[in-house]
Amino acid sequence: MAVTETINADESREFGRGTPNKVFHIDDVHKSFAGLHALADVDLDVYEGETHAIIGPNGAGKSTLLNVCVGRLAPDRGAVVFDGHVLTGRQPHEINQLGVARVFQTPEVFPDLSVLENVMVPALSKRDGHFRLNPFKNFFGEKIIRDEAKETLASLGLGEQFDVVSSSLSRGDKRRLELAMGLIQHPRLLLLDEPTAGMARHDTNATIDLLKQIKEDGMTIVIIEHDMHVVFSLADRISVLAGGRIIAQGLPDEIKGNPKVKEAYLGEEQV
Amino acid sequence: MENSKNQTRNDFLLLIGFAAVVLAGPIILEPIGGNYPDLLQKLCIYGIFAIGFNILFGLTGYLSFGHAAFIGVGSYMTLWSFKLLTMNVLPAIAFSIVLAAIFAYCIGYVSLRRSGIYFSILTLAFAQMCYALAYSVLTPITNGETGLQTRAIRSDASTSLLDGDIRVIDQALGVQEFGVPTTHFFGIPMSGYTGFYFCAVLLIICFFLAQLITRSNFGMMLKAIKSNQNRLNYTGVYARPYLITAFVISGMYAGLAGSLLAVTDPIAGAERMQWTASGEVVLMTILGGVGTLVGPVLGAGLNKYAEQKVSSWNEGILHNIFSFLPDSIEDGVVGFTSLFVGEGWHMTLGLMFMVIVIFLPGGLMEGFRRILAIFRKPKDNQSAQSNTVSNSKPDEPSVAQPAE
Repeated sequence: MAVTETINADESREFGRGTPNKVFHIDDVHKSFAGLHALADVDLDVYEGETHAIIGPNGAGKSTLLNVCVGRLAPDRGAVVFDGHVLTGRQPHEINQLGVARVFQTPEVFPDLSVLENVMVPALSKRDGHFRLNPFKNFFGEKIIRDEAKETLASLGLGEQFDVVSSSLSRGDKRRLELAMGLIQHPRLLLLDEPTAGMARHDTNATIDLLKQIKEDGMTIVIIEHDMHVVFSLADRISVLAGGRIIAQGLPDEIKGNPKVKEAYLGEEQV
Repeated sequence: MENSKNQTRNDFLLLIGFAAVVLAGPIILEPIGGNYPDLLQKLCIYGIFAIGFNILFGLTGYLSFGHAAFIGVGSYMTLWSFKLLTMNVLPAIAFSIVLAAIFAYCIGYVSLRRSGIYFSILTLAFAQMCYALAYSVLTPITNGETGLQTRAIRSDASTSLLDGDIRVIDQALGVQEFGVPTTHFFGIPMSGYTGFYFCAVLLIICFFLAQLITRSNFGMMLKAIKSNQNRLNYTGVYARPYLITAFVISGMYAGLAGSLLAVTDPIAGAERMQWTASGEVVLMTILGGVGTLVGPVLGAGLNKYAEQKVSSWNEGILHNIFSFLPDSIEDGVVGFTSLFVGEGWHMTLGLMFMVIVIFLPGGLMEGFRRILAIFRKPKDNQSAQSNTVSNSKPDEPSVAQPAE
């Protein structure tokens, strides 16, 4: 399929809370590793303001798809388009500057920096762009950014740990920190790779509440998640990936009743 | 805001303390026989070199093994400024810094395409290439093994510039030269203690600039590169221009150091660009404490002091030191320790390095921190007792410490 720089406005449709724009589009993406098809003919549309969940069994290609989306992997074929910009072939920092933030499956923070510094760095990147030479501007003099970082951290329950070195945080706290690093950039598209993995049920519920709040603010979210409680609490639509192919797409209720999904992914699990 | 104010105050106090110690160097080093101008100048010059190197290695974690090339570039440029323009050091230093920056940009642009050991090897290869070129095709500029030095103004235009200088600015200003031309800063001679104080002031300025860089947004990005460069890319930051800038800044510091070596002793040889000189600054930084502000200067001081003093010791001095021992034991001790002095001073340096890396991975600064912690402990215990039990947090995680 030919890749176009812009999405045809006619293709957009009404979705969710009345947001018509197709903002994120995965177009016929194919990726293989040494002959093994990790992704095959993947087509996916995400609409502005939508929370779109991608689910699938282990090895289905979910993380590979996310890596293709953020420029970590180049697809063999096809393209990823965000807000009229083709992301394929772009560097990760360019993709982020377009308004796409990613939260990793394994917490990726700056281990030697404090919790507050971890959140201030992406905030500076959002304000200053991918490079700005300001060797004499004092980092701790950035009052507006520091206050916003503190506010974001407090909203995620990390308000007491501003000065703690992030390497000493628990896994659950690191995940929340990473979420804060994404949220402070006010991205237009937030890609979440299992954001509640490793969290206790209480923290998972708190994260769901937070993501619901973010969703209310109109942020577009693509979430990869194993925890069905999280998926069905948040998702407006769900795509099911199995063997590198999208086998089903639709509203949560449609997915629940889909026999293909039951067979490929849910198995005996009660939905 | 309070945090920011506290840090600014601490930085100011550190700068004042540093400046006081540097300027009082001749008095402080007198008891250990280190108060002669040549050593004092070298302490300052290599302090500048190490501070600059630390901006790259300490902040970004990129280990360059080729910084001696910029020392050489700075020295040669300074000598040519003396030969062609004027014996005033100001233009010489300015040109040296600019040329080192251009060199650093070119070398950094290529080398920073790789990271880790590949980056180190690339920088080493560039430095060795510069060293080899200085002895071969660039001999008309470097004067090969003889080295480049200042000469009297030539009377005959056919005389080679290597054998006779022109100093167009000095000639235009009608400056009279008698005997061997000497370097000066608007009439102030750059030899002896005035040379030391000139270097000391530049060291303090360089320290202040490094302090600003370390505390800046730019410095924080460099620390983030060291901490997790991959994550930084996904945060929207392009690490490469930050790395190139850090490489150029550290190259400019090295260029200034090379220039000052030529200012205080107007001769430049290619040996300054040899890989051992690049390795030396790595030792200095690690000895003092990577990533700290004061550590690299301490490391440079220790290294240069050992080089100048320990290398000058002989068996006679050792006999004097161990004269309190019975003769039979004294001879044995002197015989053993003499292996580590004079020409064997590198063994002392190697041992020192091994001991510090094994027992103090954070360098001398970590040693000072540990000593401070011992003194602070009783205080902390007292304050802990005065607190209520309900406030205690036995599993409280560590807190980020700013670099001192």
